Amino acid sequence: MKISPKKPVLAIGPLHPLQEEMEFFQLTVDGEIVTDIDVRIGFNHRGIEGISETLQFDQVPYLISRICGICSASHPLAFVQAVEELAGVTVPDRARYVRTIINELERIHSHVLWVGLAGHFIGYDTVFMWAWKYREPILDILEKITGNRNNYGNVKVGGCREDIDDSMIPEILKELDEIEKKMDMLIKAVLDDPILQARLKGVGVLTYEDAIKYAVTGPTARGSGVPIDVRRDDVYAAYGELDWNVIVQPEGDVFAKAVVRLLETMEAIKITRQALKKLPGGPIAVEVKEIPPGEAMGHTEAPRGETFHYVRSDGGNRPVRHKVRAPSYVNVPSFKASCVGANISDATITLASVDPCYSCTERLAVVGRNDKVICDGKELLRLSRARTEQMKKQMGYKEGFKFE
Amino acid sequence: MSFWMKYGLKKSPWVFHVNTGACNNCDIEIVDCLTPRFDVERLGVKLVGSPRHADALLVTGAVTAQAKPRLQEAYRQAAKPCVVFAIGACACDSGIFMPGYHMVGPVDKVIKEIDPNAIIAYVPGCPPKPEAMISGIVAALKAI
Amino acid sequence: MNLEELKNKINSISDQLIKIEETAPTRVYLSCEAEKVYNICKFLFEDVKARFVISTAIDADNCYEVIHHFAYDQLSTFINVKAFIRDRNKPLIESITPIIPGAEWIEREMHDTFGIEFNNHPNMKRLILADDWPQGICPLKKDYEFKKLR
Repeated sequence: MKISPKKPVLAIGPLHPLQEEMEFFQLTVDGEIVTDIDVRIGFNHRGIEGISETLQFDQVPYLISRICGICSASHPLAFVQAVEELAGVTVPDRARYVRTIINELERIHSHVLWVGLAGHFIGYDTVFMWAWKYREPILDILEKITGNRNNYGNVKVGGCREDIDDSMIPEILKELDEIEKKMDMLIKAVLDDPILQARLKGVGVLTYEDAIKYAVTGPTARGSGVPIDVRRDDVYAAYGELDWNVIVQPEGDVFAKAVVRLLETMEAIKITRQALKKLPGGPIAVEVKEIPPGEAMGHTEAPRGETFHYVRSDGGNRPVRHKVRAPSYVNVPSFKASCVGANISDATITLASVDPCYSCTERLAVVGRNDKVICDGKELLRLSRARTEQMKKQMGYKEGFKFE
Repeated sequence: MSFWMKYGLKKSPWVFHVNTGACNNCDIEIVDCLTPRFDVERLGVKLVGSPRHADALLVTGAVTAQAKPRLQEAYRQAAKPCVVFAIGACACDSGIFMPGYHMVGPVDKVIKEIDPNAIIAYVPGCPPKPEAMISGIVAALKAI
Repeated sequence: MNLEELKNKINSISDQLIKIEETAPTRVYLSCEAEKVYNICKFLFEDVKARFVISTAIDADNCYEVIHHFAYDQLSTFINVKAFIRDRNKPLIESITPIIPGAEWIEREMHDTFGIEFNNHPNMKRLILADDWPQGICPLKKDYEFKKLR
């Protein structure tokens, strides 16, 4: 990239220890204010749409559950819904409930994971450790049901592969009660914390109009006051038969997104409990013999937003075209609206606020007017944390202050 | 390797994490190792922010064309001797993504292009459980 | 707006369409030629207030298809604008990024993987393929052979 002396560029990328995947951001800055942002992706481009066209309909769910390790229940579900629409199959009741339970457990663990990472970004490591500790029992439940902590591989065309054993249900309900208590404590601790409120309110605002223009979905949209939720708008699985609420916050800042995610975990616990109690009997799968030619779409509400799959079949045993849209694909470009005009020290948490499904980065090159300074990812984190410390001081917290 | 080099490598290995096209599963399980339930920091294993500080690279994911030069650069920067851990089925042999047009091959092939004598350890699984990762690291360090 | 009113509203632009197709009550396909796609998307996004979801490019037998998927959430309906690009040698279509900034990435991706050119796109740079990927090789076209390059 050409660097003109008048436009200092802050490059974040493409390797960073904080999050997971490679990603390359270029923030054009004026002093400490971000004036433009450019993103280069492709480090994780594996050509899944290409591979998918060489696999049979039965094999594709295994491939696409590995699109993203955290959304490994919602992607296959969206795909099989598209194929079921194509084949005109009605899924048995029990399978619909099992799908709901696994998707909601996935939502809890994903949102809790995000809260932990967000705490880490602004230098609040207590939240990070707490959140990741309380996430473990959920992974245990998932392991109990599906046999794996992630990548459940439980959805197939026509139903589910693994059933929930009825003898497990009381045990899972008991564990859910435990998790709910802990989550309640975590949510109160996070949302009532004056430092977090001061640090996150009014930061990285994505307005309602921008949210519509950039077509964002999921908690990012609901945090900006756009009331969309696929679970309610296009009812799938068993969501229509359960009692739950869509959480919407109008402010659009990072704090609103945190509120949406945290309250959604409580809703998810509620949904899981109801679904476990109502779990109907019967088979968990029907046989699907042939996929007729045609085209169909399936979408689900993944933890990060709407997952959309488009499938076209020519009557053979392989999809002719399979298009995948992951929620981060539309959420990430919205940085252009939310980051521009903000401070550099707010950039990390704004970038993290949409829960991007890739990682931050390790090396940032701060290019000044005439000279080039290279500092690593720690520098940006240090800036972010220094700001939190500064706020603590302003609010009268003394060094060594301990919470009771 | 001299005795002291081996000693330095085996005691309290600091690790650097490189994602070269993984699906986040292995990465999350790596972070899981660091958080309260498994807490490998009590054993001296620390996740560091730069490959220059690292004794070991934890590489996850089959290598994509765009990530290949970055992985080789990270390996070049790492202090030698350095152990490369290929974590997960994709890193060990490309796994389910083998036929993809954007893949250049498993981690060992890419690393051996620039250093034929690199020490590479494999932890298979999709994703390997945190227990498997810890036991893999212990087994590899014992074998050196 | 109920489903009837939505369909009436869509019928008001039927002179720009080739045909209106329904595979299910909530799945509407509007076929059109590539030149008309800008006006139709503008109508759907600004007048109908549909939400943009994503676009799909398909290498069909004798043409390229670009499908813009729009969702109308109040009625859980998908409205898909299917544009046919007849010229296979030099595929060109109008970009919708000027009205919907959220379409920027997917148009860049279609340019990478199918070689479709987008008129008036503000930032047509390579997005997902590697920096050293050869120019003009489009991996999702049907004539691309797997492993030919690597």
